[in-house]
Amino acid sequence: MRRVAKDTKARVTLTLNGKKTTGEAESRTLLTDFLRHEIGMTGTHVGCEHGVCGCCTVLIDGVAARACLTLAQAADGRSVETVESLTGLDGKLNPLQEALRDHHALQCGFCTPGILMSFTDFLKRVPDPTVEQVKDVLGGHICRCTGYQGLIDAMMDGAKRLRS
Amino acid sequence: MKPRAFDYVRPDTVAEAVDILAEYGDDARIMAGGQSLMAILNLRMAEPKVIVDIGGHTAFKGIKVANGFLEVGASVTQNELMNWPDLAKTSPLLAKALPWVGHFQTRNRGTVCGSLSHADPSSEIPLSLATLGGEVVLRSKRGERVVAAEEFQTGMLSTSREPDEMMVAARFPIAANLKRAAFREVARRHGDFAILALAAVAETDTSVRLGIGGLADRPVATRIDASSKSAIADALGTLAWELEGSDDIHATARYRRDLLRRMGPIVIEEAISCAA
Amino acid sequence: MEVLGKPLVRKEDAALLSGRGRYADDIAEPKRTLQAHVIRSPHAHAMIGRIDARAALEIPGVVAVITGEDIAKISDPFLVAVKADVPQWSLAVERVRYVGEPVALVLAETRYIAEDAGEAVEIEYQQLPAIIDLRAAREKTSALVHESAKSNEVHTRAFTYGDPDAAFKAAHKIVKMTSEFPRQSFMPMECFVVVSEYRPADDSYEVMANFQGPFSTQPVMARACRVPGTRFRIKTPADSGGSFGIKLSVFPFMVLCGLASKIVGRPVKWVEDRLEHLVAASSGPNRITEVEAAVDKDGRITALKLDQIEDYGAFLRAPMPGPLYRMHGALTGAYAIQNLSVVSRVVMTNKMPSALIRGFGGPQMYLTLERLVQMIAREMGLDHLEVIKRNLIPAGSFPYKTAAGSLFDSGDYPRCVELATGGGRLEALMKRRDDARKSGKYYGIGFAAVVEPAMSNMGYLSTLLSPEAREKAGPKNGAVSLASVRVDALGAVSVTADCVVCGQGHETVLAQIVAEQLGLRIEDITVNLELDTANSDWSIAAGTYSCRFTPGTAVAAHIAAQRIRDKLSRIAAKQLNVLHTDIEFVKGKIRSKSNPDNAMAFGRVAGTAHWSPIMLPDGMDPALRETAVWAPPELTPPSHDDRINTSLTYGFVFDMCGVEIDPVTCEVKVEKYVSMHDAGRLLNPLIAEGQIRGAFVQGLATALYEEFVYDDGGSFLTGTFADYVVPTATELPELELMHIESPSPFTPLGAKGLAEGNCMSTPACIANAIADALGVENVQLPATPARINAMISGEEPARPAHVAPRQGIASAGTGGAKQKDARQIKGSGSVQVSASPEKVWEALLDPENLKSVIPGCHALEVVGPNDYRAEVSLGVGIIRGRFKAQVKLTDLKPNQSGRLGGSISGPLGNSSGTGLLKLVPDGGGTRIDYDYEVAVFGKAAAVGGRMIEGAAQIVISQFFAAFGRKLGGAPEKKSLAKRLGSLWGGKGTTK
Ligand SMILES: Cc1cc2nc3c(=O)[nH]c(=O)nc-3n(C[C@@H](O)[C@H](O)[C@H](O)COP(=O)(O)OP(=O)(O)OC[C@H]3O[C@@H](n4cnc5c(N)ncnc54)[C@H](O)[C@@H]3O)c2cc1C
Ligand code: FES
Ligand code: FES
Repeated sequence: MRRVAKDTKARVTLTLNGKKTTGEAESRTLLTDFLRHEIGMTGTHVGCEHGVCGCCTVLIDGVAARACLTLAQAADGRSVETVESLTGLDGKLNPLQEALRDHHALQCGFCTPGILMSFTDFLKRVPDPTVEQVKDVLGGHICRCTGYQGLIDAMMDGAKRLRS
Repeated sequence: MKPRAFDYVRPDTVAEAVDILAEYGDDARIMAGGQSLMAILNLRMAEPKVIVDIGGHTAFKGIKVANGFLEVGASVTQNELMNWPDLAKTSPLLAKALPWVGHFQTRNRGTVCGSLSHADPSSEIPLSLATLGGEVVLRSKRGERVVAAEEFQTGMLSTSREPDEMMVAARFPIAANLKRAAFREVARRHGDFAILALAAVAETDTSVRLGIGGLADRPVATRIDASSKSAIADALGTLAWELEGSDDIHATARYRRDLLRRMGPIVIEEAISCAA
Repeated sequence: MEVLGKPLVRKEDAALLSGRGRYADDIAEPKRTLQAHVIRSPHAHAMIGRIDARAALEIPGVVAVITGEDIAKISDPFLVAVKADVPQWSLAVERVRYVGEPVALVLAETRYIAEDAGEAVEIEYQQLPAIIDLRAAREKTSALVHESAKSNEVHTRAFTYGDPDAAFKAAHKIVKMTSEFPRQSFMPMECFVVVSEYRPADDSYEVMANFQGPFSTQPVMARACRVPGTRFRIKTPADSGGSFGIKLSVFPFMVLCGLASKIVGRPVKWVEDRLEHLVAASSGPNRITEVEAAVDKDGRITALKLDQIEDYGAFLRAPMPGPLYRMHGALTGAYAIQNLSVVSRVVMTNKMPSALIRGFGGPQMYLTLERLVQMIAREMGLDHLEVIKRNLIPAGSFPYKTAAGSLFDSGDYPRCVELATGGGRLEALMKRRDDARKSGKYYGIGFAAVVEPAMSNMGYLSTLLSPEAREKAGPKNGAVSLASVRVDALGAVSVTADCVVCGQGHETVLAQIVAEQLGLRIEDITVNLELDTANSDWSIAAGTYSCRFTPGTAVAAHIAAQRIRDKLSRIAAKQLNVLHTDIEFVKGKIRSKSNPDNAMAFGRVAGTAHWSPIMLPDGMDPALRETAVWAPPELTPPSHDDRINTSLTYGFVFDMCGVEIDPVTCEVKVEKYVSMHDAGRLLNPLIAEGQIRGAFVQGLATALYEEFVYDDGGSFLTGTFADYVVPTATELPELELMHIESPSPFTPLGAKGLAEGNCMSTPACIANAIADALGVENVQLPATPARINAMISGEEPARPAHVAPRQGIASAGTGGAKQKDARQIKGSGSVQVSASPEKVWEALLDPENLKSVIPGCHALEVVGPNDYRAEVSLGVGIIRGRFKAQVKLTDLKPNQSGRLGGSISGPLGNSSGTGLLKLVPDGGGTRIDYDYEVAVFGKAAAVGGRMIEGAAQIVISQFFAAFGRKLGGAPEKKSLAKRLGSLWGGKGTTK
């Protein structure tokens, strides 16, 4: 049984983007704050802290989930993947990222990391989605800039690129 | 929007979990998917002293069919149930209702039992449980008890769960006469909590169970005489006023009642026209 | 054109797609930075009493709690554009004037601790009547938001152009209407971020913030801090999570954090959270417009009269009241109307201050004008589209001078309408409408024609002054843009400019502009848009707003690049031994046009300017750096007769849509939407389309979804993303985009703004379609299902005689259709007890008894006769909070009746209410009847959304149930839900 008393810090060890990573967190520290400010991986964004906007979406044990609705302590011993895992050290984008760029599916880019992580999970499960399915998953995110059409087109195209 | 301080506990077994609940009572809170609880904590609208995290724990997983029920364990997520291959066959109502629960991303973490425990008056899962006449299994150090849906949810965000109890499973009846089901809801956006949600199960061609979410302070299920259009209209007309509804920023009580009167017949018709 | 005008993918994207953006909160803060948390007012209007921070300062990690008094000592109020006494500091001083107004700032080692401390600061408020309704605020008897201003209407000016009176006299028909535009925001996904550091050595402030400009507010900030502009240094980060005008409003916090840093001697960082942002960041102004049109027999509008009443909330922040004047020159829209009278009014209310927002006055104006044109058609029995066409400014009349002074640069409006409605598009919609109506559905077609201004004339706001006052103050006009292009010794090109990144792809477009001139690829151009007032080129017009980038900054960059090109041509010409007019720039080479083999690499030529000044043509300065200033001459100051060319370029948008309204759910579905744009030359069609699609969904949001809702008591009710409904992909209609290009003659690039048009046209177009579908005159936005339902459902079927009205809650909520009502929660109930009225009375007056029946009561203190203070913990289910309560019994009629009044306050919010109790003898016992009224303020109201009323009811009934139980109450009657529920023969509870 893992126990962390309030106002104390405990070590959190997780597999972050495939690498074993350790940091300190209080019992109440949010996973978003842990990733951004303790580990220093700022790709995961914070837009609402109540689960609606989707900016903070990461993969926890492989499934897309809101990091703002997750305690850092809950990530101990689990695997977490963030947007930083998608690009190689050489800066090469993956086919989904390329599709977003080609369809101008981002403007300010603040919502983008969360959306990428949602679809990284979803397209693994449903490699050949319908437009309706794509809209449904995208419905878990708010993007204020793009008006969504570019995102929908990018996901359909990205799915195709990933399949081939 | 950062939570207040609390102790964090992640138990390894159900026994450990209920021990903590016994020790702290109302000051302890189970965290399952956290999709409601964490938002409330971030907003500082609750003051638990201990968080008991059972999220994703294998000890609480499990979907099984037994004794005329589909039984769902405490950490089974909404998506796990939705993607369970036998769902459409076993519980057509749940198969139709679950896609309305939040979003892909929240269903990945939000649990079936967490939704029932949270007891939001607009939620689809409690509505389904009420419509099917299901039950929940509560366990404490004192033992285990089974509570029928209509006894469990007692009002807005309120249930008859005792502070030392944990919900270990929910049981959805799967009798043959519960297979012709329909579900509809109206919300401001897809994935939002319902302004009005309706679940219908045609037990026979003339008798339909209708569940109504979003109108009263809890889901309400009733049997409707569907032998004629006018019988349905009468029943819905009465129900609309019995439940009355209230105004909020998304809708008026009047609109909710109108929705019940107009959408009710459609959902009932849909259930009846389902192939047995 | 090699690169300019091409749909190139963006330079920005690789980093943003990889989690390598550099947004404000990603940047490491200086060492020893303290984290700030803002304590905000739960009340719309109240005097601030005692602020007790002792308990907060005891918490380990808390460094300071700063109040308005501290701030007022070391700073001055912000300058205001209107001559009205409405002072504002960065924290409330003495009085709060809107829910969410900053009252105190907590500084601590972490944000978590700062928020803990925020809950421990006790602030007393004496509530004042809140002024919420815009009409009521203008009444003579209204309480005042600012007593010093002597009126809530702090600015009024009337203008007349042409001879509207004569036109109205001669009119064939006069058509009148009132339009109301709601409060909303376009809500960027990234909230405000500020890091401020005060440097005592030179009494200067250094502030990093995701501020977007206009930098005309920079002097306002410096003045507030009592330093010259050079000692209030502002830096903006490389990336920003959207703005849409909203990020102007971070400026009071830039000052606040600076002053806080001065007080504590450490850098201060503040990250706004979404709750704060929704409740109090910034709102578009709501506006009521009374409009009248004089119309001739053919439906031509001969004159317009407008009375524009705009609600700026509690304060006027620079550069307000911009939205009221930004469209001034273009008030007649796309129509040839030369007689106009207009009154513009600025009104203060107890709501969050209004400020910059995408569209900036256009959405309000066009909702009025375009609804009016539809009404004219309707009242005269004419076709809506025909009335639009008859009134449009004819092709061939550009540049066109409008009644109020705008100089429309170019366009062909009738052609846009023909193209958009042609190609079978309108026919298809009409067929859809016919078919839908035949099958009993509601279907409507809407149109909207909109002139979209870009790059505001800095002089437009001075139109609010009288010509005499303007004379005295000196003319204001123009819009200065700056950009610099540099080429280094190896030929690498870099660009800086006076715009701020907000996601519009400026980096890419600037690279295209420069690459085009220099024969390079966009990959060869490095653009840095991190603005730093200490070493960037900027002027007061700097920033990203009013679509000034394309007609402004982009042109400056173009000119700078041309100068570099010219210089390089002359250098190369000398070395290649040709005339400089024979030089061309192609694919990284500078060569002779007539003999392409006579060429040098771009970098070689550039190197000459740095390494070998001796080889330069006579009189040429070495080095390669050009800063261009672009200040178009068309932007003149307001004339003596108040005519003002409010913007430099004027694009055109024509929209058409078909909506279907579901008769069952009353949901409005936009089935098809066509948007036709003429924005002059498109610099990057891919980016242009992105801007239009983004604006379209924001326009859709205004029409159908988003609204900041206040109740009449001033409580703010839409404090989460579950309550403030931003549309998502599942709400997206099909949008067809079309373009023609009429280049602007007033800018060298010929390009106009295009990013705001659909925020203006789409709400009007959808409202028109709804009006057409339902045959109604008034369409209140957002047109929520509940509002549509109220329009079409007629009388409600009566309550069957056998169904008794529900006990308990009978609230007048705000739900959609009647959002003007007070959110007073009212209810009634009764409990039956076996004790006699005398016994009940005794129990009611007994403090010990009260303590045991008040829900969650920890402590009860008697402070006077029947007057108590208590600590209570209240809630429903998981939702729970601690409150301090005051309870008082008055109007006592022994054994008969009394009034129970009280209030509670705590971090969750405040609430006050009264209840009238009646004791009715009943058998041997007593029936206690109660009626209550409760008002809820603060966080609970803002985020309680769907549940707050139910929760209040539960808490009250808990009290009476406990009271009843104490006195031998009868068991609760089986509820309806239970009666219905047990139909399944459920097993109840089994062990
Ligand atoms: C953006 C968004 C949209 C949503 N939309 C909907 C929607 O449309 N419909 C809908 O129904 N829900 C919706 N939800 C809420 C839903 O996702 C939650 O999953 C659900 O309400 C709670 O499940 P959970 O497992 O996350 O529980 P938690 O949040 O972990 O817990 C909720 C409550 O239940 C208690 N609890 C949980 N599990 C147990 C247990 N085993 N025993 C005892 N107590 C327990 C907790 O102590 C807590 O009080 C939405 C949430 C979000 C963030
Ligand atoms: S920040 Fe997590 S969903 Fe918005
Ligand atoms: S790109 Fe700005 S929010 Fe999506």
